[in-house]
Amino acid sequence: MNAPALYELLEYSLIGLLSGGVLALIALSFVLVYKGTGVVNFAVGEVMMLGAYLYYTGNVLFGLSPVPAFVLSLLLIALLAVLIERLVLRPLAGQSAVSVLMATIGMASILHGVVESFWGSDTYSVPPLLPRRPLNFSEVMIPGTAIGNFAVAAALIIAFILFFRYSKTGIAMRATASDPVTACTLGINIRFAQRLTWVLSGGVGTVAGVLIASSANLSPLLAAAALSAFAVIILGGLDSILGAIVASLIIGWIDAVTAGYLGGKARDVVPYVVVLAILVVRPYGIFGTRTIERL
Amino acid sequence: MTPELSESQRPSDWGGLSLSVEQVELRFGGIRALRGVSFAARAGEITAVIGPNGAGKTSVFNTISGFYRPASGRVLLGSDDITDTPVYGRAGLGLARTFQNIALFHGLSVLENIKLGGHHLMRSGLMSSLLYSKRAQNEELALRAEIERRVIDFLEIDHIRHKPVDALSYGLQKRVELARALAMRPRVLLLDEPVAGMNREETEDMARFILDVQEDWGVTVLLVEHDMGMVMDISSHVVVLNFGEVIASGPPAEVRRHPEVIRAYLGAEAEVAEEAVA
Repeated sequence: MNAPALYELLEYSLIGLLSGGVLALIALSFVLVYKGTGVVNFAVGEVMMLGAYLYYTGNVLFGLSPVPAFVLSLLLIALLAVLIERLVLRPLAGQSAVSVLMATIGMASILHGVVESFWGSDTYSVPPLLPRRPLNFSEVMIPGTAIGNFAVAAALIIAFILFFRYSKTGIAMRATASDPVTACTLGINIRFAQRLTWVLSGGVGTVAGVLIASSANLSPLLAAAALSAFAVIILGGLDSILGAIVASLIIGWIDAVTAGYLGGKARDVVPYVVVLAILVVRPYGIFGTRTIERL
Repeated sequence: MTPELSESQRPSDWGGLSLSVEQVELRFGGIRALRGVSFAARAGEITAVIGPNGAGKTSVFNTISGFYRPASGRVLLGSDDITDTPVYGRAGLGLARTFQNIALFHGLSVLENIKLGGHHLMRSGLMSSLLYSKRAQNEELALRAEIERRVIDFLEIDHIRHKPVDALSYGLQKRVELARALAMRPRVLLLDEPVAGMNREETEDMARFILDVQEDWGVTVLLVEHDMGMVMDISSHVVVLNFGEVIASGPPAEVRRHPEVIRAYLGAEAEVAEEAVA
């Protein structure tokens, strides 16, 4: 392999791995809810999109500076998450996994409709949050936003891992996820833990949405970014945060390399083919629990 | 200065509380699982609930824990009516339990499992826990120190504290579950079949630990158990259930001779045997 070809591969690979950061955030948003409440949430992409639109509205339409706009969108999404948990999922407790899944697909459609009726289907440009200046390592050029997004995502994911590993609330949430009945007898308020799970999931999704919107642009197509995250989740194993991280890097890399060498059309197919191939060997995902249910 | 837990939770306040079940009716659809069940576990003593399969022992336990709401009747912890207290609220009042099928959290270590028992004792809220504040850290240290001293040494499980619970033998898992319940600083301890599936040696160890808990901690113990020998050895009071009703209650020696009890345990079989012969 000659030098320019090597640089090219290196560039695609780095961009791909860095894009895995945001992908991991979307996957985390999904895994949190699945692990914490057993719900397969197909509205992850739509919540993320709505979060980005709320940020856009605060920042651009109302002229708030980025931080208040961001905090406001997080609060509104948290409120939405609490309402979804209370009004949609709690009444469905004890129903079959498929009914609950259908309800989340319904929520996804409603959120999509709400966004389109409020903001239309135009594409907006969102002022960049993070420095755009590309970084050059001799021949390899990496866009600044790719690095910034990755850094934000990595920091947030590390914070989550520490939270679940060491904090009282985090450990209580893990206990609730693993065995709600026992958690309850230990004095853990499992309804609170489950509500908090939805809020955290919505918050992570909002961060991902804002990062994507501010480094690319904002339209209802943003929700489709969650599609690659589904490939990530299935590959990583539905209930594993570590799996989601590793799988995000893998999918991000395959995605970028495919797009680089084979063009944009191939990227819609190749990552999924690779996921299918891996699942033939490991049907429960790379890090998933063997007992996991398959829908 | 060593960090301390809240004042009201000092050892002197830990003594056992009495637990009374009064006229409890529990129905599942048309089935009357408990029919006006009443009994009391005296403070600081060991009381056993026995009875044939399907007699309603587990229903009694689940009613006391709060998983089942009785159609009528009351559950009293000390003098507090806890019939309507949510399950998680009962931990704070001093009620702890173990489960028939070991209910440890898989993937967590022995120490992490036991520390979860102290969850309800920690006062720091979500925010300080999110930020991992000084106060939350101190509380965590205090809890850990107490658990090390009072629970882990007591139950002789030092050597396995950092092992994942899944790697332990059945008998040790049962002991870790007891340790977690003790970390809750219970005033009433419910043990659902503490020696089920154990061999002789493990059973004797567990019986000794239960007696030690009752003597050293002054905790009220209520247990459901099939191992008659163990029940008769350690309990001061025995309640016998059959078809959702209390058919006898009293000291072990008395209950053992009670005609209703003999019939419930042996009668049906004896009658079937007679019919078969005839």
